[in-house]
Amino acid sequence: MIVQQLLTSFIASAAFGIIFNIPKKLLINCGFVGMVGWIIYFLFAEQQINDVVATFIASFFVAMISAIFARIYKTPVTIFSVSGIIPLVPGGLAYEAMRHVILNDYNMAISLAAKAFMISGAIAMGLVFSEVINQLAKQKRKS
Amino acid sequence: MPTYHDRTNDIVDLCLLAGKIMLESGGETYRVEDTMVRIAASFGIPRSHSYVTPTGIIFSIDRMNSTQFIRIVERSTDLHKVALVNNISRRISNGELSLDEAYQQLKEVEKQKFSYSLWQQVAAAAIASGCFAVMFGGWSNFFPSLLAGGAGFYCFEMIHRLVKIRFFAEFFASFIVGGLAMILVAIGLGANLDKIIIGSVMPLVPGLVITNAVRDLMAGHLLAGLSKGAEAFLTAFAIGTGIALILSIG
Repeated sequence: MIVQQLLTSFIASAAFGIIFNIPKKLLINCGFVGMVGWIIYFLFAEQQINDVVATFIASFFVAMISAIFARIYKTPVTIFSVSGIIPLVPGGLAYEAMRHVILNDYNMAISLAAKAFMISGAIAMGLVFSEVINQLAKQKRKS
Repeated sequence: MPTYHDRTNDIVDLCLLAGKIMLESGGETYRVEDTMVRIAASFGIPRSHSYVTPTGIIFSIDRMNSTQFIRIVERSTDLHKVALVNNISRRISNGELSLDEAYQQLKEVEKQKFSYSLWQQVAAAAIASGCFAVMFGGWSNFFPSLLAGGAGFYCFEMIHRLVKIRFFAEFFASFIVGGLAMILVAIGLGANLDKIIIGSVMPLVPGLVITNAVRDLMAGHLLAGLSKGAEAFLTAFAIGTGIALILSIG
């Protein structure tokens, strides 16, 4: 089960790298970042931990690994983090929200949409957190 | 390092070109601003101001009488170009490139085409969709999602080339995705309609824009953050309406 998740998330993230026109030699790294992010999320979600928390931690690690790769390959961080966060995007929730709109069940739709929004926020917060830590580390190295 | 005080206009042109390529290729707002100011500083203009929104760049240099503005109409995601411009700016900062060399190289970057052909991209979108469907709901959804996701992405690219309205292309593409998924489930190829649609729609989802929007907001780029948020919302809404329409028909 976990092997299946590892394999598919790796391929999906690397394939997204092609859609975003990421250089060929970096596609493997993109796949790796996406795989780590998704597996962290998946393991936490299996332990019944809140989706928002799981997404936050996963996107934090995605950004951390991306920053390390960015330093090694001297490229912008986004190259790695973009395909890393794609699996975490709450597409399923947004879909469910839309489906409830069709059913005229607006209460459910709005609460699902709010959750999707919170998860998007968690992704962003994870990225910001890791950026802050990187900047602190950079200041320390300079002084 | 040679000085370029008599060539201020050329330096401004260089900065604007670098910013334009980056912004059109999906670089973050703060990165564009940072790169432009840094290039100017490397060529001996320490005080320049760059103001970037997703639809335009304003750039001015202290004590110069004209402020430059360029309009950005078309935005796409081409991270290879962002990396190339970043690399050129890094080399300018290290003093490895002269003004003319840098301009020449940026011109070449601007002309560069996508390094993957349309079919490679469609194949990538198809495989990504299939894999997402497996991640969300098991192997029985792989094949239908592969088909629907690839077809959806191809439709998106084609319609986007025909009519330059991104939201319409996204709406129509997700409509096709939903329709194909329903047909495939009806003829017994797929098991779970929801998971197939979610997987196949993933290549169209504005994940990057949503995240960049919140990131820009937190960095204090309020205007850029809000307008990117609006773009993400409209895209998500277009996809949602497309799916909603086909679901209510079928």
